[in-house]
Amino acid sequence: MVPTNYYLILSAILFGLGIVGFVFKRNIIAIFMAIELMLNAVNLAFVAFSQSFGKVDGEVFVLFVIVVAAAEATVGLGIIILTARNRRSLNVERVDLLKL
Amino acid sequence: MSLLTQYAFLIVPIVKIAILVFIVLTVDAYLTWIERKVVAHIQSRWGPHRVGPHGLLQPLADGVKFIFKEDPLPANVDKVAYFLAPFLALMLALTSLAVIPFGPQRFTVLGYQTGIGIADVDISLLVLFSITALAVYGVALAGWASNNKYSLLGGLRSSAQMISYELALTLSVVGVLLVAGSFSLREIIEHQANGHLGLLGWNIFGFTKDGVGFTQIIGFFCFYIAAIAETNRVPFDLPEAESELVAGFHTEYASMKFAMFFIAEYTSMITISCLATILFFGGWLSPFPASWTFTHYVPSLLLIPLGLWVIFDGMRYETIFGRIVLPGVGTVLVAIGAGLIVFPVVNEAIQGVFWFLAKVFTFLFIYVWMRGTLPRFRYDQLMSFGWKFLLPVSIANVVLTSAVVLWRMH
Amino acid sequence: MTGALVIFFVLAALAVVGSISLIVQREPIHSALSLIVVMVALAGLYLLMGAEFVAAVQIIVYGGAIMVLFVFVIMLLNAGEEERTNFSKLATFAGIPLALAVTGFIAAAIAHSSASLPAPEPSGALTSTKTLSMLLFSDFVYPFELTSFLILVAILGAIVLAQREN
Repeated sequence: MVPTNYYLILSAILFGLGIVGFVFKRNIIAIFMAIELMLNAVNLAFVAFSQSFGKVDGEVFVLFVIVVAAAEATVGLGIIILTARNRRSLNVERVDLLKL
Repeated sequence: MSLLTQYAFLIVPIVKIAILVFIVLTVDAYLTWIERKVVAHIQSRWGPHRVGPHGLLQPLADGVKFIFKEDPLPANVDKVAYFLAPFLALMLALTSLAVIPFGPQRFTVLGYQTGIGIADVDISLLVLFSITALAVYGVALAGWASNNKYSLLGGLRSSAQMISYELALTLSVVGVLLVAGSFSLREIIEHQANGHLGLLGWNIFGFTKDGVGFTQIIGFFCFYIAAIAETNRVPFDLPEAESELVAGFHTEYASMKFAMFFIAEYTSMITISCLATILFFGGWLSPFPASWTFTHYVPSLLLIPLGLWVIFDGMRYETIFGRIVLPGVGTVLVAIGAGLIVFPVVNEAIQGVFWFLAKVFTFLFIYVWMRGTLPRFRYDQLMSFGWKFLLPVSIANVVLTSAVVLWRMH
Repeated sequence: MTGALVIFFVLAALAVVGSISLIVQREPIHSALSLIVVMVALAGLYLLMGAEFVAAVQIIVYGGAIMVLFVFVIMLLNAGEEERTNFSKLATFAGIPLALAVTGFIAAAIAHSSASLPAPEPSGALTSTKTLSMLLFSDFVYPFELTSFLILVAILGAIVLAQREN
């Protein structure tokens, strides 16, 4: 079978790519999607450990993470829609009213 | 030969997939013929009757037309999404047929044990729901990619309708899951097999053998209504109706890509009908009790009179082509019916598949019947019906079924 | 090179290519499509590990509901190409190698840790939904109820945010 380390390394790579996307993208929706990518990477690590130790607890946690991600996406996208209508742009660098 | 047996786990499913795709595409084509004829007769007209006897070659003519029509690429479309959308819709519709069991037999070919149905997984119902959930993308991407405000609105409306009714669809099936105790479609059918009572053991009546059953009639109505909304059929077809938003999300699609959307819609109709028979009407189980073995001759009893009627009708048909082909088809039907009486082994083998197909065609006929009879919903009526009526009723069904199952288990 | 390893590498490559495409694409709708590809690849990996219910939930909830929400918002806001704004060259030239170095360090640490932490390989045995649900409703019943409350709060929040100002 596939060793657990392979799954963990893949999870680390996806997490790193998520961080790169979060830092470097300027479109707010793309930043949000990078956050979802990071959550998915964490889910992969959870399931890998759960199967590796033979207990089901990790998979239960994955269900909770998916539910929390759903709630977060709902409210976050609502805020994004309002902000985009107010500032007329989806670029995060345009939301700078509090800047000195 | 050992190479064949070594890779039998790969070869056998591929052959089954090829056979199933061929059969499903043919059934799709003739489903369009059935739909046009039935809707026409409901509206007191004839429907296609020139291309071949009784219009039977009309699907072939339509296919040839789709192949030879010009396939334009509109300007400024998003090319990735434009080419991806029909491909996605068709792929998902055909994939969902992989987990449906068509018959009870298990047989061994090339040393590989298999059943009638491509894949037999423990979570086949969840796989079907995953594919239904992903089907929204075909519609949404088609609407977005077309660079056309009517398509965008049609695509948005249609995908909003699909995700709203997906909730009611999934919840209405939970009652069946509670009663059967498994996600596997095969086990759900096995659970409805009540030998003495036959018909009454089905989930719609609920007198299952182990006593832990409850009639799922509310669940069935919620499921069927939600399924019609999922497949964008009348009376829920506002987003793609011809007199509304031009043609909705598939306005800018022509010839082969439009044909892919078309085939995807009819294939998902077939999948929903198969699901309705498996979950609520006993799948391949016969409606008669198992002790009435004379009912095993029902297939022959249906095929032989049908064949004789086709022969009789063909002999008086107007064109010469019809006068040759129709009696030929009728003779084949009579021969199959007689062959089933003469060879009881074959008769036993096809019982399950015959009842399954009979029920599926009944549901397809009901789909077409509704198209000919009902007017369509307005969009706000549609959405309020889905959220304010269907979803609470499905949840109430779940609560009621779980209460009854718990009570009966003690 | 067993079959499982081949399938793992194919799905892992698909996931990595999808995430790189997410970062590199300029149109948000293409990024969303890449993320859907990543999620389906991850669902395949969960199936490979034997977690069948989690794989189905991943596709139904993540791929079929959350990503549909993203696609809707992109279509509603008509999000087009990203603007080209001034960008610090230092960020590109120092940032990306730094991120890759951190990831490589973590990956190397994981790869070397097999000596100290003798974790067994994924067994590949299928986890039945029954074991999962027994655990969910006995040990984890409080988090379960809290997440249902969280979903209710999220729905209320979305409704409040969507109201027009009167």
